[in-house]
Amino acid sequence: MKKYTLNFFFLALALALIAAAHGNWLDKYTINVLIAMGLNIIFAVSLNLVNGYMGEFACGHAGFMCVGAYTASIISLMCFSAKFTAAPLLPAWLSPVAFPVIMAISGLTAALAGFLVALPSFKIRDDYLAIITIAANFIIISLIENLDVIGGPRGISGMSRTVKAMTATLDIPWMVIWVILGAYFSIMVIYRLVNSTYGKGIPAVRQNEVAAEIMSVDTNKMKTVAFMIAAGLAGLAGSLFAHTYGTVNASSFGLLRSTEGLVMVYLGGMGSLSGSIMAAVAFTLLVEALRLGLPALNVFLHQGHLLPASFDLSQIWNWVIIPLILILLMRYRPEGLMGHRELTHIFPSLRRLITLK
Amino acid sequence: MPTPLLEINSLTQQFGGLTALTDFNITLEERQIAGLIGPNGAGKTTVFNLVSGFYTPTRGAIVFDGQATLGLKPHQVTALGLARTFQNIRLWNDMSVLDNIRLAGHHRLDYSFWSLILRTKKYMATEKKLEIKARGILEVMELADYADELPKNLPYGLQRRVELARALAAGPKLLLLDEPAAGLNSADVEGLIRLILWIYDEFKISIWMIEHQMKVVMSLCQHLMVIDFGRTIARGTPKEIQNNPAVIAAYLGDANI
Repeated sequence: MKKYTLNFFFLALALALIAAAHGNWLDKYTINVLIAMGLNIIFAVSLNLVNGYMGEFACGHAGFMCVGAYTASIISLMCFSAKFTAAPLLPAWLSPVAFPVIMAISGLTAALAGFLVALPSFKIRDDYLAIITIAANFIIISLIENLDVIGGPRGISGMSRTVKAMTATLDIPWMVIWVILGAYFSIMVIYRLVNSTYGKGIPAVRQNEVAAEIMSVDTNKMKTVAFMIAAGLAGLAGSLFAHTYGTVNASSFGLLRSTEGLVMVYLGGMGSLSGSIMAAVAFTLLVEALRLGLPALNVFLHQGHLLPASFDLSQIWNWVIIPLILILLMRYRPEGLMGHRELTHIFPSLRRLITLK
Repeated sequence: MPTPLLEINSLTQQFGGLTALTDFNITLEERQIAGLIGPNGAGKTTVFNLVSGFYTPTRGAIVFDGQATLGLKPHQVTALGLARTFQNIRLWNDMSVLDNIRLAGHHRLDYSFWSLILRTKKYMATEKKLEIKARGILEVMELADYADELPKNLPYGLQRRVELARALAAGPKLLLLDEPAAGLNSADVEGLIRLILWIYDEFKISIWMIEHQMKVVMSLCQHLMVIDFGRTIARGTPKEIQNNPAVIAAYLGDANI
């Protein structure tokens, strides 16, 4: 039973969170930070499959999240609102059942988009592939911004209707539950994949692609699998994002968002699942700390007359500080905090307390 | 007459304007150890890269075990029963020795992606079988003690042995060895000769090797082929080759210049 200690701990934590959200013991802000954390975990562990385990440098991960977010929004609005259709296609009470289906379809759609990026990866690698993924990110954003049917640059909103429909059916904090399940699903898929003989074909591509190709691994297929799973899980995160905030806008899935993913993956360590999870948690907290800390610092500096009165430290400084972290990380610890190791490698005793079987 | 294991006809490979290999022919019967020798840059590794499907030849035909391999990808050729080692060791250095061996069975995995995610009975059984098989190979190759080590932490000689074990784990009918004795000291070379002979008997496979060390070639190969500048200059038993004037000229230079 000892083997399950940590599993029970995480289960208890999840249940406690759901209970806290249900009982309104936590304020809305805290809940939103926790949800952002969950979304970041999905985003980081999925990107880690390509950038860490497979060793390619993909920088357009947010594009897939965008595909997922829009797919989920469109289906959700068609099913439970009259925005695209004359009347909602499904009765509202069906929403708790329909939502996981919407999540799955969003994931699959994003995975298809991932397939399109996987194709050039057969012949192209390194910097060139990185450029292609950036281009793919831009293509997805521009495409959506120019489709007026789905809101164009104004984005799309009204998905909170679906969440309300779920709450009306059964009054529990649905989005918290879905985010926890989504994060658990993502971690489990990647953990099981990279620990199977089949999935080890993915790190084999990074460690020696020639040997992989000659010693029986279909490298093109492994690249496709890695890109599609990573994109699919990002799409899943997108569907959760759309329904948590009730509104999506293509511009929020640009290169900045992709860069956040890179910061999390490289902070946590390439090819380290536990590293990515910890980095996602730390990064979310950091962003929130900056959100609260920068105005406070601004006031402090102005009171001390350390800043000219005409100059304000604004939130834009997030985007000085976060890339700076990436630069310092690359300079002083390029392999990230964990660097191809898991927590269980550093603390072997943890292995007795956890099982992901 | 039984079909030969490997039949190569007028294989030619050009890289841009450079012809690396010209009209290469060979027929390998089952159960023999053959050797391919020649000076540096003669095109030996090019032959292996063509046979294993890594390059697509400019001209020529390769038939392995009754099947034309032209146009097949390297992993498909491996699945037909051809495995190789590399001149400069190519192991997956960040996964354990056991995983290195296990991964050579990648083409034989028969579970679906979803059974992997759901960890079905079939998936668990296949993984278990693979692990038992990999441990068995480590056992016979006297590598069992290193199963959990990373290859990069092993001494050079052991890395060579791991690479051999990985090639055997792919279940080959024909094993291509690209300079298996490169970088080994003379005591290790003795061990390697014994090991290759033992593999040849134990696994009942055929072996084709590129090797520079005459000691290895002479004590192992029943059939030798010599190439120079991409052209075949001699073939025969090791004895015949040793006294062939063209071979001596290729290695030591022509006395009449």
